[in-house]
Amino acid sequence: MWWKILLLVGMSLIIILTFTWSPPQAKLGDVSRIFYFHVPVAWVSVLAFLVAMLNSVWYLRTKNLQFDTNSGIASKLGLLFTFLATVTGSIFAKAAWGSYWNWDPRETSLFILLLIYGAYLALRSAVPEETKRAALSSVYSILAFVTVPFLVFVVPRVFKSLHPTDSIVDKNLKIQMSGQVSALFFPSLLAFTVIFFWMYYLHQKVEKLSAKKEV
Amino acid sequence: MPTSLSLWASRVLALLGKEIKTELRTRYAFNSLLMFSVVTLTAVSFSVGQFALSVQVKAALYWLILFFASMAGLAQVFIKEEEAKTSYLLKLAGPASIIYLGKFLYNWVLLLVLQVIIIPLFVIFLDLELSNLALFLTVSVLGSLALSAATTIIGAIVSKANVKGALFAVLSFPLLIPVLVAGIEGTQLATGGARFSEGWGQLRLLVSFSVVMLTVSLILFEFVWSE
Repeated sequence: MWWKILLLVGMSLIIILTFTWSPPQAKLGDVSRIFYFHVPVAWVSVLAFLVAMLNSVWYLRTKNLQFDTNSGIASKLGLLFTFLATVTGSIFAKAAWGSYWNWDPRETSLFILLLIYGAYLALRSAVPEETKRAALSSVYSILAFVTVPFLVFVVPRVFKSLHPTDSIVDKNLKIQMSGQVSALFFPSLLAFTVIFFWMYYLHQKVEKLSAKKEV
Repeated sequence: MPTSLSLWASRVLALLGKEIKTELRTRYAFNSLLMFSVVTLTAVSFSVGQFALSVQVKAALYWLILFFASMAGLAQVFIKEEEAKTSYLLKLAGPASIIYLGKFLYNWVLLLVLQVIIIPLFVIFLDLELSNLALFLTVSVLGSLALSAATTIIGAIVSKANVKGALFAVLSFPLLIPVLVAGIEGTQLATGGARFSEGWGQLRLLVSFSVVMLTVSLILFEFVWSE
């Protein structure tokens, strides 16, 4: 219980401080404040993909349907967070670059992630039998995961990026943030991650209850 | 597990032979691949009319036609087993890895034969200039290798699902984006008169994608096949 209160207070503080205490970035100005929400949301959408894939591997190893349910839940949440990341990214793109959509590499990668989640959920809805659905969707989720490294190579070659990179990591991949920014960014990252796992847990509970009701 | 490599290879080839034999009887998969490509090519040709297309557009068209032709025909290799209810017999015939490799080889051969027919048509109708023939052919062969490596296992997944038609393309497209991008870039280089060494990056990507896909498919195919 205590961590829920902590999350509420923390999240509220983060939202308030983002607009009052955090310094605007030198080049982008106030627009850069979306960074505290956009980056954690994007991080969660990738994390959900990883969680779904691990659950899929575990399902194939143990044949325990619980893991398949988890994988489905993680994908549903992943779709939600990817959508949020796309929308917040688009708002930023309009303010900073002048148009909502530019086929920037990051936008393209998120878009492909959206396609993968969509395809995965379409596959799940196309197979009514539980064990069959579990096996087929697990295999697909692993297949999708192994193609991601190729996308990382391919996408930036096709589209040139305007995405701000200097704000988080510099060219030597060292974290580059002023103390004030990181004091706000990392708690926000943590808060969004906790929210994701909380939602994940709640969905599991709902699935269990509805399974009990059917019996 | 098979005892020796030669026995194993002969069983894979036997399955490939069986697929080709049944295909020659009905020509269902090949006809749908071929007709799809010809229809698309004609439609594009008509809409372009007298205008000359750029190298970029021609390369993209070439791969789009290959992609959608695969979507029209390549899932057939598993769907026909499910429809004829012969998949149970095939399960008795050998371990999953042999089935996968046989079906994959058959899909690859199908795409290669298709290319033998549509490349001349592309040259005739759309004036595709094969200025670097070696690079063009290598990209085509390796691209179809990657296409068939990924679509074979997705075809197996789709054949077990209830809605088969649109699902195949929906599932395949996100996974095939790297292949399409590398294929289009490689074909652009080849038809734009680049040297062979300039296409190394694309060829490497196609080869590594195929290797990764084949390895993962060999591990995962058993789970799909046993459903």
